[in-house]
Amino acid sequence: MHATIPIHPIPPDPVAQAALPAWGDAPTSRAPGWVYTDAQVYAREMEQLFYRGHWCYVGLECEIPKAGDYKRTQIGERSVVMVRERGRPGQPDQIHVVENRCAHRGVQFVRERTGNTRSFVCPYHQWTYKLNGDLVGLTFKNGVERVNDDGSTTKRGGMDADFQLCDHGLTKLKVARRGGVVFASFDHGVESFEDYLGPDVLHYFDRVFHKPLKLLGINRQRIPANWKLMQENIKDPYHPGLLHTWFVTFGLWRADQQSQMVMDAKHRHACMVSRRNEGGAGAVTQGVTSFKEGMQLNDKALLDIVPEAWWAGPTVVMMTLFPSLIIQQQVNSLSTRHIQPVEPGVFDFVWTHFGFEDDTDEMTQRRLRQANLFGPAGFVSADDGEVIEFVQQAYAANTQARTISEQDGTGVHNTDHNVTETLIRGMYGYWRAQMGV
Amino acid sequence: MDFITYQAITSLLLQSAHILDSDDLSTWPDLFMPDGQYRLQSRENFDAGLPLSVMHLTSQAMLRDRVYAVAQTIYHEPYYQRHVCSAPALLMDAQGDADGGVQAQTSYIVIRTQRDKMPQILSTGRYIDHIVQRDGAWLFQSRSAIFDNDLIPNSIIKPV
Repeated sequence: MHATIPIHPIPPDPVAQAALPAWGDAPTSRAPGWVYTDAQVYAREMEQLFYRGHWCYVGLECEIPKAGDYKRTQIGERSVVMVRERGRPGQPDQIHVVENRCAHRGVQFVRERTGNTRSFVCPYHQWTYKLNGDLVGLTFKNGVERVNDDGSTTKRGGMDADFQLCDHGLTKLKVARRGGVVFASFDHGVESFEDYLGPDVLHYFDRVFHKPLKLLGINRQRIPANWKLMQENIKDPYHPGLLHTWFVTFGLWRADQQSQMVMDAKHRHACMVSRRNEGGAGAVTQGVTSFKEGMQLNDKALLDIVPEAWWAGPTVVMMTLFPSLIIQQQVNSLSTRHIQPVEPGVFDFVWTHFGFEDDTDEMTQRRLRQANLFGPAGFVSADDGEVIEFVQQAYAANTQARTISEQDGTGVHNTDHNVTETLIRGMYGYWRAQMGV
Repeated sequence: MDFITYQAITSLLLQSAHILDSDDLSTWPDLFMPDGQYRLQSRENFDAGLPLSVMHLTSQAMLRDRVYAVAQTIYHEPYYQRHVCSAPALLMDAQGDADGGVQAQTSYIVIRTQRDKMPQILSTGRYIDHIVQRDGAWLFQSRSAIFDNDLIPNSIIKPV
């Protein structure tokens, strides 16, 4: 864990006072459509959930393996840069996260998604920053000397004498590193990352991130839906065996499995834990229209599953880390899925697939083949993006209509089965408390 | 390259686009060798040398699994797609190459038209193909569609 000293205190929240629509007397299990569409609600979410009091995902350390390597990404709507700086002799490398906004006039100076550099130089007026965000120089700081006709000189311009470079660095974020994953927060008063996850969720985090990672690649999609709909999708263990033919038919996820739904104490994060079975027909497929009895793959290599020792039982653990991240282990396929809000009805969804440094070539190929199930074209993920778009369309047209997230009742508690919407109710309880609605 | 060969290879490229733009994709895998590969990959990953693709189908049988999924298992907003492809740049494999294949590169735009919506560019990029002759027919040994628009407009269901 690496923490930087707070330099830019968070100013009072300008949108906290704005009047938001009233939730009314309806229970938390019945969310109104405006939670997905309202601009004021969205603005307060950015302030309260993405820019203060929470840890947001930035990337994997293996994306920036060498000193000077950087990656541009987003926290909420803000552009940030994760960069690796060589440690002092005998010390490990440091990873900094700075806002991609020149302190002078706000230019987003990093344009490429990745690269390697010794310093950050803003193209507009050439303000120059160290990799840790310190301002080290700016052109004409002391003005320009003009030589007069009589040989004397006159100073033109320049910053005032009390202008201190050290007061005008980039916005530095607090950084948390664990298991090769990097999180950051604009809020230097945020609790530790470990406390933020809590012991039960941290256990499943550490289960995946237990040895050095190998980057396999990145897929990106822009989904015309509110960002929370993706959190809800992966807090909804009720749908996979219904929407996704492959899950129910091949037994990757369905209602007759041994499952646990695990939340942190505040119900903001969750783990959906399950063990696959052999699929096929049974009581659980009665009336399930997506079930395809007798469906066989022409090429079984798509589901050439090889158990790994570190699974320690479950074949699938889907984690939602509020507000910005989903972590996927579904058999041999591993990814982080980063939620980057664009506007109330749009977010970008960025999938980073990875394996482990010590994977055999055979295992790497297996992970890549199973990646066909996930992502913007995935056999079981493409339709998630499609259905949440349909949800957004409906609530955009009727913001007073409400959801019914009442499978397994209206309470919030961990369960030992997956026929439940308890995780969605848990998230909205936390969301309402944070948002004051 | 003689004109007959050029015409046969161009015809294969057009046939792929024609089938993928139709309502029945079931004959598309027939354009591939039994061990043929299809890859749909972002230019971002391709240029970085990262292996991840959006679709990576490693046999003709796996192509059939994808075609089945498009028609039967992946729930999605119905849409038409329309390919617009450039003329290919063709390069014969080096003399002495046993399969006597051809390398082809073609630029493409695929437009998606959903119900009640204006047409939208779904994918734009280039095909990098290795095409071989078997029993007189030219078939894909490998076809990679490397797309420039690495931010995909929601989902991509059909191969392009």
